[in-house]
Amino acid sequence: MDLSFTPEEESFRDEVRSFFRDKLPARLSTLVREGKRLRKADMEEWHAILNERGWLANHWPEQWGGPGWSVIQRFIFDNESALAHAPRVVPFGVNMLGPVLIKYGSEEQKKQWLPRILDGSDWWCQGYSEPGAGSDLAGLKTTAVRKGDVYVVNGQKTWTTLGQHADMIFCLVRTDATAKKQEGISFLLIDMKSPGIEVRPITLIDGEQEVNEVFFTDVEVPVANLVGEENQGWTYAKYLLTYERTNIAGVGFSIASFERLKEVAQMQKKGGRALADDPLFAARMARVEIDLANMQTTNLRVLAAVAGGGAPGAESSMLKIKGTEIRQEITALTRRAYGSYAAPYIPEALEAGWNGEDVGPEDAAMAAPSYFNNRKLSIFGGSNEIQKNIISKAILGL
Amino acid sequence: MNFDHTDDRRMLADTLVRALRDGYPIDTRNAGAYSDAGYDPAVWQQLTELGIVSALFDEAAGGFGGSGFDIMVVFEALGRALVVEPFLGALMAGRALAAGGGHDETLAGIVAGETIAAFAQGDGATPVTATKTGDGWTLSGTKAVVAQAGAASVFVVVVEQDEPLVFLVPADTAGVSVRSYNVVEGGGAGDVTFDGVTLGADARIGGEGQGQRIVDAAVGAGLLALSAEAVGAMEFVKEATLGYLRDRKQFGVPIGKFQALQHRMATVLLEIEQAQSAVINAASAFDGDDAKARARALAAAKYTIGRTGALVAEESIQLHGGIGMTWEYAVSHYAKRLVMIDHQLGDEDYHLQRYIALG
Repeated sequence: MDLSFTPEEESFRDEVRSFFRDKLPARLSTLVREGKRLRKADMEEWHAILNERGWLANHWPEQWGGPGWSVIQRFIFDNESALAHAPRVVPFGVNMLGPVLIKYGSEEQKKQWLPRILDGSDWWCQGYSEPGAGSDLAGLKTTAVRKGDVYVVNGQKTWTTLGQHADMIFCLVRTDATAKKQEGISFLLIDMKSPGIEVRPITLIDGEQEVNEVFFTDVEVPVANLVGEENQGWTYAKYLLTYERTNIAGVGFSIASFERLKEVAQMQKKGGRALADDPLFAARMARVEIDLANMQTTNLRVLAAVAGGGAPGAESSMLKIKGTEIRQEITALTRRAYGSYAAPYIPEALEAGWNGEDVGPEDAAMAAPSYFNNRKLSIFGGSNEIQKNIISKAILGL
Repeated sequence: MNFDHTDDRRMLADTLVRALRDGYPIDTRNAGAYSDAGYDPAVWQQLTELGIVSALFDEAAGGFGGSGFDIMVVFEALGRALVVEPFLGALMAGRALAAGGGHDETLAGIVAGETIAAFAQGDGATPVTATKTGDGWTLSGTKAVVAQAGAASVFVVVVEQDEPLVFLVPADTAGVSVRSYNVVEGGGAGDVTFDGVTLGADARIGGEGQGQRIVDAAVGAGLLALSAEAVGAMEFVKEATLGYLRDRKQFGVPIGKFQALQHRMATVLLEIEQAQSAVINAASAFDGDDAKARARALAAAKYTIGRTGALVAEESIQLHGGIGMTWEYAVSHYAKRLVMIDHQLGDEDYHLQRYIALG
């Protein structure tokens, strides 16, 4: 038993650190550190920098442009990325569709779509959830009916994250209404510029337009855009959901945001001393810090158990639950730390590029919106209650 | 990064787990645990003959192990079987003697399992004081709830003052008396009173300025041991509770089919995994060079198992229903241990404050 990294892992970490030091633009890391909302161009800029180094799709096989890293290397990279306040990789093309195409796509599809994910030609979004199909995803109702060389798609997707920027959407659609609900689903790639597609923004609790509704009315999709076999889409959908989970606990994000919280708690005063020295607040911070230190080791234990064996299975549900609880608690403490100055709603201060005068302490305007925005963590990617169902079945055998 | 134990350590753990599974069923355990002695001397002898105490000490102290991970695997196995025999006292008193030097014969007896030792730190209503008298010392006062005090033939006594003083006191020294009792979860303890006990200069463990280091060595090992013991007990309780959820039927189905119970159990599982990680962090830091990191990781572990121990105990009783309330059922004794372990060497609030103070 040895919790330290091997010399090879240490030198890999040094390599990653120096990459972030040299290549991550200060403008971007400042935006991320301050919790500002990134623009499309900001995200594309960072993708291009990562892609130039060959580190954008860090879990793809080398054949398709991945670096061939181990799960531990990916963990190190994700952690260092968060600690350096690098923008997150937009996951839909790189982390979600890419692995599905690599495993189930045809040679033509791989050659057509994978390079375009890497070079940023296509911005992908995810067409999974529907108004009537959330946790019960297999209950989706959007239909695709084959007519000659095309599928005709009708229906509605929702919670489509960053769909307003997207060139393409990968969709789960029903191709057999008579089969058992998991057995009539197919996986289609649809051009967002197709006639009959309408994108309507959903404004979220914090005022941000992060997600959308996407409506399909007689949208024609070439049959060549079917991934794998018709009616086998549920298998691909599940593969997508379980594939990229080395970072599901978000340990790096938590460490970075906890460091930020410590700074705020030093800066803010309560009763004539730093908030960090207030016994009750210090206790809240210490509890989450200990939980996080435990989580980091739990995460590494899960990864070590699967090292060489691909992606973690149901254990990632444990990481998701505890990891998101920790992240949410840190955003709650950060909101509390700003006291009354967490209250003013200054929407323009949340945007990248705003240079106005702060109301109250620097970055106070972000604290409450960020807290409310991060309530999503325990809802998306399979709600934490769904994760408990998975644990009960797959780990506890109940 | 490697989470596997060495072959030697795995063998030690397997041997111990098997010996306890075969030879230490709950009835045997309870017979000793709730006896006047608070343990079974025959069981103690069998277990020490396996070399369990020697595994807790390095070669310089006459053992063959002594690392944080050795302490972890031994006490996890002891916790899993709910062992009450006086291993904690051996570890803590022995670590104090090894850190202080001298007293080689007593240390050898402890490591061999021939001498039963108790570590006496927490004070009673009249704190123990040490007065310099001539070449030696006079001890007066009472140490409270000393684990396995009645069984011990020697005490390592910590006298709390600016720089703590640590003494080795044979139990048969004139003026030493023990009021023995059982503790609620089974096992023995006692209040140890020193009534003007006269000690020679050589009774002191370590020299000037050594007291804190000796106490830290003993208490650090004790915190790691208790934390690991708790995780072992949690694992047993988890398996027993899962078995019950699968077997027990109500409304025509196993109660484990009910989502309300599934979600509680899933939470128990992931908190136990977190507690296991806390103990691994502590065992790793225990052997490290960074004294502050070591102290913080130990405080974090004891805080974590205090909180999680109570959760696992309360949830396991609730998930069992009435059966979990019965003396006859093993889980009830584990639940008591998991709650009461928070009353030893500082509770979760104490260790949270300590963690903050060390920050």
